Amino acid sequence: MTDVTQFDRIIDRYEKTEESLLAILQDFQREFHYVPEEGIRRLSEVMEVPESKIYAMGTFYKAISLTPRGRHTIKVCTGTACHLKGAPQILETLERELKVKRNGTTTDGEFTLECVNCVGACAMAPLTLIDEEYHGQTRSSKIMDMVKKQVGS
Amino acid sequence: MGAINSIEQLEAYRQEIAAEVKADLPTVLVCFGTGCQANGARPVAEAFSDIIAEQGLELNLSIGIKTTGCHGYCENGPLVALQPQGILYLKVKPDDVPEIVEKSIKKGEIIERLIYRDKTTSEMIAEYSEIPFYKHQHRIALRNIGAVDPTNIDDYFLAGGYAGLVKALGMKPDDIITEIENSGLRGRGGGGFPAGTKWRSCVAVDSDVRYLLCNGDEGDPGAFMDRSIMEGDPHTVIEGMIIGAIAIGAHMGYIFVRDEYPLAVRNLSSAIEAAREKGLLGENILGSGFSFDIKISRGGGAFVCGESSALMRSVAGEVGEPRAKYIRSVERGLYDKPTVLNNVETWANVPEIIVKGAEWYASLGTEGSKGTKVFSLVGKVNNTGLVEVSMGISIRELVENIGGGILNGKRFKAVQTGGPSGGCIPERMADLPVDFDSLTEAGSMMGSGGIIVMDEDTCMVDVAKYFINFLVEESCGKCTPCRDGLPRMLDLLTDITEGRGGEEHVALLEELCDLLTWGALCGLGTSAANPVLSTIKYFRDEYDAHIRDKKCPAGVCKALITYSIDPEACTGCLLCAKKCPQECITGERKEPHTIDTAKCIKCGVCRDVCTYDAVRVS
Repeated sequence: MTDVTQFDRIIDRYEKTEESLLAILQDFQREFHYVPEEGIRRLSEVMEVPESKIYAMGTFYKAISLTPRGRHTIKVCTGTACHLKGAPQILETLERELKVKRNGTTTDGEFTLECVNCVGACAMAPLTLIDEEYHGQTRSSKIMDMVKKQVGS
Repeated sequence: MGAINSIEQLEAYRQEIAAEVKADLPTVLVCFGTGCQANGARPVAEAFSDIIAEQGLELNLSIGIKTTGCHGYCENGPLVALQPQGILYLKVKPDDVPEIVEKSIKKGEIIERLIYRDKTTSEMIAEYSEIPFYKHQHRIALRNIGAVDPTNIDDYFLAGGYAGLVKALGMKPDDIITEIENSGLRGRGGGGFPAGTKWRSCVAVDSDVRYLLCNGDEGDPGAFMDRSIMEGDPHTVIEGMIIGAIAIGAHMGYIFVRDEYPLAVRNLSSAIEAAREKGLLGENILGSGFSFDIKISRGGGAFVCGESSALMRSVAGEVGEPRAKYIRSVERGLYDKPTVLNNVETWANVPEIIVKGAEWYASLGTEGSKGTKVFSLVGKVNNTGLVEVSMGISIRELVENIGGGILNGKRFKAVQTGGPSGGCIPERMADLPVDFDSLTEAGSMMGSGGIIVMDEDTCMVDVAKYFINFLVEESCGKCTPCRDGLPRMLDLLTDITEGRGGEEHVALLEELCDLLTWGALCGLGTSAANPVLSTIKYFRDEYDAHIRDKKCPAGVCKALITYSIDPEACTGCLLCAKKCPQECITGERKEPHTIDTAKCIKCGVCRDVCTYDAVRVS
């Protein structure tokens, strides 16, 4: 039996209208680093909306992941300014060194590598986010050292 | 104090807080925009607070320092401004803080090491307003950003905030709309539709409920003015929306913010809360009898939700797919009710237009595009950041005077405007005025105002491929031309960049572009041709070089380039050999190195680490 109180605690922050669905899913994502199946079932019960509708949203919106993510998330900004200033090289270096493809998670569950279409800090391009911390003017030759320094492995 | 119940009380409150300001005492402003925070603004602010508390310095504000929104000059962050002197210090570190306090705050001296130095003339400038990046700007939408503390509503009052609302409460709704119509304000989100006309058509529809929305789903890569406004001056957006609500008779509004902008969500939420406490939102605003409230709706990371009908579905808690627009959203929008949707920057202009009048606003800009526009000047340019200038400025003035020219003295090739819906404009057309109509005529569009500068090292075919790849990922898949047409376009462009392209590829691309322009359901698809058609039109020679000569002149497309080391420039430092993941660089210390091209994966790490610029791409 899954403990539903962990989901209810989040659901209860919002009004019981369909308008709140996406925000709740995002809070699930922040809390659990993905949206668990049990969470969707509970949300469907409490909000009285079909599970299929919640799945439709979960698969449509990029911010929601239905599979578990790594303990650390590395996001490479691939906005236009970052693209011109070397984001593809940074992404390739991370893929090669972490042995993971973009939008994938390493086999040890340590890192998820994501691309993000512009985080709006273009003046600092190219930009990499390690666990939501912004690193500006990143370079392909330095990126792995930065990752190691921040996550301490 | 609690809620303010009348206009008179508001003005009395404004005077009361103004009396506490000691304008002749120093104020320290630390930029807390996303950029400066990433560069380490927080430890700098903490260092100031510590020293001020330790020494018991008497400053203008009780807190001693003020954290503000983005000053726009993010590249040089963390930025610290000192008032009343008007000095701007760049790249400030916590270690610099004691010296700033001792010399600049106590004695008014300038620390030369921290001030702006012009990259071309080496001229040193200490005054904020004299730095070329700021000197040519005219700030309306950005008027308070960098000067007010976005988390303190009193600071907004001191800057004259909510004076537009006070004036609007004394006006007839119809007169507010007329004022906006006469100002010539056009939507800043991309389409450039006249805001006043939109409001009037919404009012013309008979309905008991109307909604008002603010589009903060800034999806265009390379544009971040909306983020900056929401983070740095949230009350301007809120005030603009309340004025709009009075004009169209709406009682509920939503601000739709990208999920990628957590600081914007935080600052907007606390500003909405503060406005409610002061009686500026909610029931019976300032005792006027008018009620209006705002909710924040966070986006889910889907680019298509910037499109109006998709955005409205997303706000309602649905999957954000667009619908056909034979019925406009001013007639049937959110929950099928008449809805006005304007962009963040559009709303930020509204209070100032009401305060200063339509005539003042219409005197700025060009015939067809009134007022100012915020641009995010990014890419291969010396000064990157946000700039607000009068419409009609030329691309060249933007890039050269404000942007300080191209990085590393390279050749200026093109600018890209309008995000994935826009196009590339070549250097030879750089005298073109930047306004809604000129850009559209040139095959691009204004979009939300991203100006991405490209130099000789940018491959235009790669740029077209980049945008089509972006759109393939972001297409919602509802209509066939977009869902199936874009991947075919990407295949064709990939063939060209990997040396498999033939003459027929360009013709096929043009055919698909035509299909999308006329056949796609929403703006994402109908404008998707612009990045491709504009690069074919202005940079056909680059397509030809890829197709006929199997060469990438800019040295970007991996399949068509090789890396080598220039023996003249190489000092034999071994750094590249150490860093090469393929271990394919060989050579003795102090002897020129060589790359084994058979093993090379063209990752570019050697070029990135080389400090002697000895790695060549051909």
